[in-house]
Amino acid sequence: MSKPYQPNPYTAPTIEPGNEHFWEQAKAGQLTTKACKSCGKLHWYPRTLCPFCMGETEWKNVSGKGKIYSFSVMQRGNPNPYCIAYVTLDEGVTMMTQIVDCDLDSVAIGQAVEVVFKPTEGEDTPPVPMFKPV
Amino acid sequence: MTIRDKAYIVGAYEHPTRKAPDSSVAQLHAESAKGALEDAGLSLSDVDGYFCAGDAPGLGMLSMADYMGLRNLRHVDSTETGGSSYLIHVSHAAQAIAMGKCDVALITLAGRPRSAGSSGLQPRNWGTDLPDAPFETPFGSVTVNSYAMVAQRHMYEFGTTLEQLAWIKVAASHHAQHNPNAMLKDVVTVEDVMNSPVVASPLRRFDCCVVSDGGGALIVARPEIARSLKRPLVGIRGAGEAVKGQLGGEVDLTYSAARFSGPRAFEEAGVTHADIKYASIYDSFTITVLMQLEDLGFCKKGEGGKFVADGNLISGVGKLPFNTDGGGLCNNHPANRGGITKVIEAVRQLRGEAHPAVQVPNCDIALAHGTGGFLGSRHGSATLILERK
Repeated sequence: MSKPYQPNPYTAPTIEPGNEHFWEQAKAGQLTTKACKSCGKLHWYPRTLCPFCMGETEWKNVSGKGKIYSFSVMQRGNPNPYCIAYVTLDEGVTMMTQIVDCDLDSVAIGQAVEVVFKPTEGEDTPPVPMFKPV
Repeated sequence: MTIRDKAYIVGAYEHPTRKAPDSSVAQLHAESAKGALEDAGLSLSDVDGYFCAGDAPGLGMLSMADYMGLRNLRHVDSTETGGSSYLIHVSHAAQAIAMGKCDVALITLAGRPRSAGSSGLQPRNWGTDLPDAPFETPFGSVTVNSYAMVAQRHMYEFGTTLEQLAWIKVAASHHAQHNPNAMLKDVVTVEDVMNSPVVASPLRRFDCCVVSDGGGALIVARPEIARSLKRPLVGIRGAGEAVKGQLGGEVDLTYSAARFSGPRAFEEAGVTHADIKYASIYDSFTITVLMQLEDLGFCKKGEGGKFVADGNLISGVGKLPFNTDGGGLCNNHPANRGGITKVIEAVRQLRGEAHPAVQVPNCDIALAHGTGGFLGSRHGSATLILERK
């Protein structure tokens, strides 16, 4: 059995005030998130105030490499099956994403993956960070 | 301060409909309220506290209070934590009654997702200005795959098997066969669950609750009022609530907020797990039950699979009879939120009014637990411990 990845239409993200930089960087192929200027901790998803100490935050580039923490292959209600996942980045934060560009039946927890940006629906919309096996 | 012995559940009603294409949501709320008031032997004018959550249409609280003609309200609360809201409402109603803020509290839930074609397969429309949505919606985050990721991690971390998860559905189906209103009345086997099609791996169709129209209502009252009525007395002995999210990216799917709400409820109630004769455990999915049983402390973390296997949740067979109405897995999950039905069946058990085939003998202390929202991202958790007086 195999389920080769085939893209579904991806809803374009709403660009919330304060997150413009994230989506500009996404267009350039760079994954970013924010770190606290007070406690120094990185967090996900990016916020204006640190979710650990409410300190002010600043943008940081991250490597885009990580490991699959968990996943689920959705097999109903969409044109094609897709694999939602949590990926723990090498920098330590865990983010929700999709696993793409592989046989979805081969996805496993602990697998090493790297970011790949996939286009979203609409004109001039930013791409979203997904991950493929290394 | 405690809510113990400060308030009683005097009315409980589960709307019998499972498909209501010709009813409005407001009507289902009102019919449920009427049923609970009749069950209690009280009338509309007695209600001075009202509790509802996000399933209430329009302006929610304001729309439903106006629609039902609640003129004497002096305490209102629309705490919204998804399917766990209604258990929190019971606790908050008891708190309000203990503080003298109201005497008779009405709690309602209703919805018609089945008629509206809304299920856990589609993204919900929560509107704009959501801080998390841009980082989740594009990835196809829906209800079922959020819970599925918890199941996947549990299997990886603890060796839990699909057969063990299947036992939860099997137990629910054994109970549902006796409930004439249950949406799914057929007894199923582990093999049936294993053979049902995968929805979101590893969860299969039979791991998922039903999508049903319906509603339910509860009446919570001051002890003096409860004692003046003709119904068996069901006391609220303890309650706990908690919420859990993604923890700023320190995601940990191995435990739920029940880890916090459970001990709070047990401490207030002053009882132990051995005292619990019956448990209503939120069963949006089989994995929801397994996680809650572990986090509430009915078994050790990671041993939920062994605990639920071999019929241990079947009334008359196992050690912990659960969801004797058939639960969300087989009976009813109105408004895609099952919290209120969890309390209703616990009340039936404590009154001795469950179906004779599933009634737990000498059921004097029961637990009801709700998990609302998304187990894999952000959820509310509410635990109630109830007793027959």
